[in-house]
Amino acid sequence: MFKAKVLIKRRKTILDPQGKAVEIGAKHLGLINIKNTRIDKYIEFNVDTKSKKAAEDEVNDYCKKLLANPIMEDYEFTLEEIK
Amino acid sequence: MKPKFGVVVFPGSNCDHDTYYVLKNIFDLDVIFLWHKQSSLENCDVIILPGGFSYGDYLRTGAIARFSPIMNEVIRFANNGGYVLGICNGFQILLEASLLPGIMIRNESLNFVCKDIYLKTENKQTVFTKGINGKTALKVPIAHGEGNYFADEYTLRELEANNQIVFRYSERDGSITSSANPNGSVKNIAGIINKSGNVLGMMPHPERSSDSVLGKTDGSLIFKSLVNNIFN
Repeated sequence: MFKAKVLIKRRKTILDPQGKAVEIGAKHLGLINIKNTRIDKYIEFNVDTKSKKAAEDEVNDYCKKLLANPIMEDYEFTLEEIK
Repeated sequence: MKPKFGVVVFPGSNCDHDTYYVLKNIFDLDVIFLWHKQSSLENCDVIILPGGFSYGDYLRTGAIARFSPIMNEVIRFANNGGYVLGICNGFQILLEASLLPGIMIRNESLNFVCKDIYLKTENKQTVFTKGINGKTALKVPIAHGEGNYFADEYTLRELEANNQIVFRYSERDGSITSSANPNGSVKNIAGIINKSGNVLGMMPHPERSSDSVLGKTDGSLIFKSLVNNIFN
């Protein structure tokens, strides 16, 4: 069994409206040095396989087909064995 | 003397015009819009934070609107005893601004809920509710995805001890049941008031039940109550 930690990021060239809206709040707060706020997704789950390779394959599948949209997002992940 | 109302308009507010319409056309009051970037409340006696999806509900509902320039004035106004009514997203903004205690989380059902519900008025001594005498339950619509009110035990005890829970979701006969709870709010809480009794937040929409053309007018009792009691 492995614990997967996935980070999904919108590509830099694609507008992140949420990050932009949140940054307006920073300006209103007087935090004028805050730039390029981007809001990404962090997802955790367990993968119940024996081998790390099998876990990797399944996480890739999950990310490509559901968690991330490959047209506008990149993903990266780590796997940690749970003993 | 009639009070002057100010309806704050945030980017993403969408009940601002409904509220304005009710105050102007149903109650014949002096009412103005206040753009969120302005810093003057233009001598209004009551400030309304209307429903909607300010800043797209990004980050957390109300989290960004709370830092809009006008909010500094609204907070000062409220702390000096000025009357503030937050409806739906306006309630969420009041929570983020710490003018009221607690938080809002996603509805228990995970669904956006848009329907008429019944409200039991638990405190009829506030300026917002004095005019609700005699009604067992108000029929007022709700329309929200994040109206599941939550607060820790200590805060809830405080709210109850100070009679700050103004509205609870109820059955038509005023009984408080879990089936009458549309969003999972702790203790069926639909609206609360601050300790000094001048800031009220509520998830239901009284402005959507104030014009008889819409087939229900119970919400108008809240505005009527304000108009009649604010200068007394």
